[in-house]
Amino acid sequence: MDIKAGLLNSDKRAAARLISMIENGEPEAVQIIKECYNMTGHARIIGITGPPGVGKSTVTDKLAKQLRKEGKHVGIVAVDPTSPFTGGAILGDRVRMADLNADPGVFIRSMGTRGALGGLSKAVHGAVKVLDIFGMDYIFIETVGVGQSEIDIVKLADTVIMVMIPGLGDDIQAIKAGIMEIGDIFAVNKSDRDDAERTAAEIEAMLDFNRNEEYRPPVLNIIARDNKGIEKLLELIEKHWEYENKSGSYRHKKLNRLRTEIMDIFRDEVMRTLYGISENTNIINELAQKVMDKQMDPYSAADRLMDEFTNNQRQN
Amino acid sequence: MDRPIRVVVAKPGLDGHDRGAKVVARALRDAGMEVIYTGLRQTPEQIVETAIQEDADCVAMSILSGAHNHLFPKVVNLLKERGADDILVVGGGVIPEDDIPRLIEAGIAGIFTPGTPTSVTIDFIKNNIKRK
Repeated sequence: MDIKAGLLNSDKRAAARLISMIENGEPEAVQIIKECYNMTGHARIIGITGPPGVGKSTVTDKLAKQLRKEGKHVGIVAVDPTSPFTGGAILGDRVRMADLNADPGVFIRSMGTRGALGGLSKAVHGAVKVLDIFGMDYIFIETVGVGQSEIDIVKLADTVIMVMIPGLGDDIQAIKAGIMEIGDIFAVNKSDRDDAERTAAEIEAMLDFNRNEEYRPPVLNIIARDNKGIEKLLELIEKHWEYENKSGSYRHKKLNRLRTEIMDIFRDEVMRTLYGISENTNIINELAQKVMDKQMDPYSAADRLMDEFTNNQRQN
Repeated sequence: MDRPIRVVVAKPGLDGHDRGAKVVARALRDAGMEVIYTGLRQTPEQIVETAIQEDADCVAMSILSGAHNHLFPKVVNLLKERGADDILVVGGGVIPEDDIPRLIEAGIAGIFTPGTPTSVTIDFIKNNIKRK
């Protein structure tokens, strides 16, 4: 199968295979992305995040359906946790998106985190690029259920929707740092439950401490299951996008994101080289032994490793 | 190459009993596979679309309603039409012995009836997927 030709020819199989190749770290995949990189930048990237069980998949499903009514093409990357013990995973987000399966204007890809800790998988960056090149207008990234610090979604999404539900915890949970700081829009789902208004009020109260004077993240009560509030949510996404562009915030954020992405790729390269060195030379074991015998401290050992690394780079 | 095998576990047809499918899904996960679980009442078209988008190595279906003779071969044929017949197809559920030869002939690589240890299914998938 000619993957690149297939990708440019709207062949779903080729796009799907390319995403797998990225997940598996195949160099050929990087080459294809390099060649097609100029075609990225068309899609709007929307992050859907929030604690486990708040309805992220259902919200994504309903937003996607609404956009399909407007004739937009929608890509979805749904991440679920990989078991750190077996490497296996159950990727179940499709259960809530069952009838999107048969829609030719939708492409859904499930991913395991495969060891990444920030709520996404390393390959999500690549998968989003593939779907962008493939011609999607909107790409939703659904993170794993997050706790208080899985915030990698901000490295990728133009707009982050934080989905919450009533009764998740007292207001002290809401003022803890981390996930509450990354929402561009807060959606209180399952708002037919008691305390929906109170939850929204608590989030509003927390937002009073917001550092940004110009843009205050809106808080919206929705019932995704019944499609209530979904159109309004889409409007808020558009409003946020307008603000981002008008204020110049988008440019600024995008530059920041690209800086992070380059550094992440670079760090992965360095790590790969380091692993290569330690596998080929036994140097790690020798250094560990020296530190164990108190002939060396761990900081000097790391310096030695750095020397080895620089020498290795010079030779290449 | 060291990569997880990706399996779509699907429930075609109208019966609402997915306990068996879930047991198999968990067993495959514990064997280090990435299991894409689709939920109940999927049409063959939906299952094939899922398998393609997820770049699956294997589609594992469970049916308890008796519609296997129709639905299993349909999935095999649709995969073929989409040029995706390198995806391994296996089936399970309440399937009479007499039906099995015909299903195998129709392109379902393996049929696992009640009482099959999950390890048998796991080994079968590991040994028979067509991609490296």
